[in-house]
Amino acid sequence: MAKPKEISSLTYDQALEELESIVQQLEAEVGDLDTSLALYERGQALTKHCGELLEKAELRVQQLSSDGELSPLE
Amino acid sequence: MQQMGMFTPEPKTITVTELTRGLRRAIESVDVFQNLWVQGEVSNFSRPQSGHWYFTLKDRDAALPCVMWRSTAELQAQIPKNGDSIEVHGGLSIYEAQGRYQLYVDEIRSAGAGTLYQKFIELKNRLEAEGLFERRRSLPAWPRRIGIVTSATGAALQDVLHTLERRYPLAEVVLAPAQVQGPSAAMLVADALATLDQFAQPDLILLVRGGGSLEDLAAFNSEILARAIVRTRAIVVSGVGHETDVTIADFAADLRAPTPTAAAELSTPDVQELRGQLAALRSRLLRQTPVAKINRARQQLDELSLRGGRALAQRARLQRAELSSQTARLEALSPLAVLQRGYAVVRAADGKLVRNAGEVAPGARLDVRVQRGRLDVEVKETKED
Repeated sequence: MAKPKEISSLTYDQALEELESIVQQLEAEVGDLDTSLALYERGQALTKHCGELLEKAELRVQQLSSDGELSPLE
Repeated sequence: MQQMGMFTPEPKTITVTELTRGLRRAIESVDVFQNLWVQGEVSNFSRPQSGHWYFTLKDRDAALPCVMWRSTAELQAQIPKNGDSIEVHGGLSIYEAQGRYQLYVDEIRSAGAGTLYQKFIELKNRLEAEGLFERRRSLPAWPRRIGIVTSATGAALQDVLHTLERRYPLAEVVLAPAQVQGPSAAMLVADALATLDQFAQPDLILLVRGGGSLEDLAAFNSEILARAIVRTRAIVVSGVGHETDVTIADFAADLRAPTPTAAAELSTPDVQELRGQLAALRSRLLRQTPVAKINRARQQLDELSLRGGRALAQRARLQRAELSSQTARLEALSPLAVLQRGYAVVRAADGKLVRNAGEVAPGARLDVRVQRGRLDVEVKETKED
């Protein structure tokens, strides 16, 4: 496994994808207890992160001017 | 005049009815007169109690009386007004009672609609032949930045924003506003699309507009916009008009949605489903707690030992079955029958059958089985043959 990224920087789909893979690994019961524990903890953190992203999500709307400038839409 | 009459035969006198009826039949027998599209301006429109429509279609130099029977008139979405520029379809005939030729109308459309539609078909066929309608790239599963090209003031924008807010608030939205109606709309919409694609670099662009007549949708039926769509790097989802409106832009887009709202729905995951998916993953994760793992291992052990017990019992059953079948075989051989005949079975103390006298020593004790009962015997002397 590659070096895990900082969870707070993950987008929803990235976090979800990693969570899915962790759950699958745990279910396959391949690693030792230490590895399982680490995976489990990361899985919990990812679940929390995903949940927060969903709850806090607020559609951000911007407007593009004809010369390519972005400004918030009222 | 009198003299000429003497040399040319005078025509037979006919009645007004005969003449008029003859004319009517003559007109009705000409196929092109029975299948006409005529363009003009409505005047003298009247709709009496009968429910039939009467009006005159005219242009600068001529006028044509028109009738539409009630049965057809009732089905019309719009009632023409005086001054309207329209095209009517129907057949020509003569109203004998007034000696008036008139067009019996069975279809009305606004002027120019016919040519607009003709142009639409021509352009569609041409661009299709060029291969412009073959973009069917798959939609991104998780669009991060969604572009919208539409009027900043239209209902379509509100529909799309509400839908995105409700379904997928994780997205970031960039609006490139464009005037969607009017003479330069096609160019403005195409420009907005290109600018959005280049500067905001969205994953997905929703090209939307509310419904309207063929004239209203002209920008979305333009060649310039079709070509702009095909040049777009982002996936383009069109949602123009109502469900029944299909535009050139729809054909050029990666995906055609029937309405602006549907365009937003088709291109985003639903947050409700995401919540469900996350909850399911969470409970799967919770089943994998290290504590649960240890408990499960114990349970497995219990099960194994239970299964072990079952296996032993099963083995015992099998052994018993084997035993009884062997007994049966022994009985089939029927050594008892032999004993009945007066023979005996002699075994040494260790249970071995004694076949040779030399196998036993004097003084040894033997077990002798006869038909009924057994004898405990001591050997006095052995004699080999």
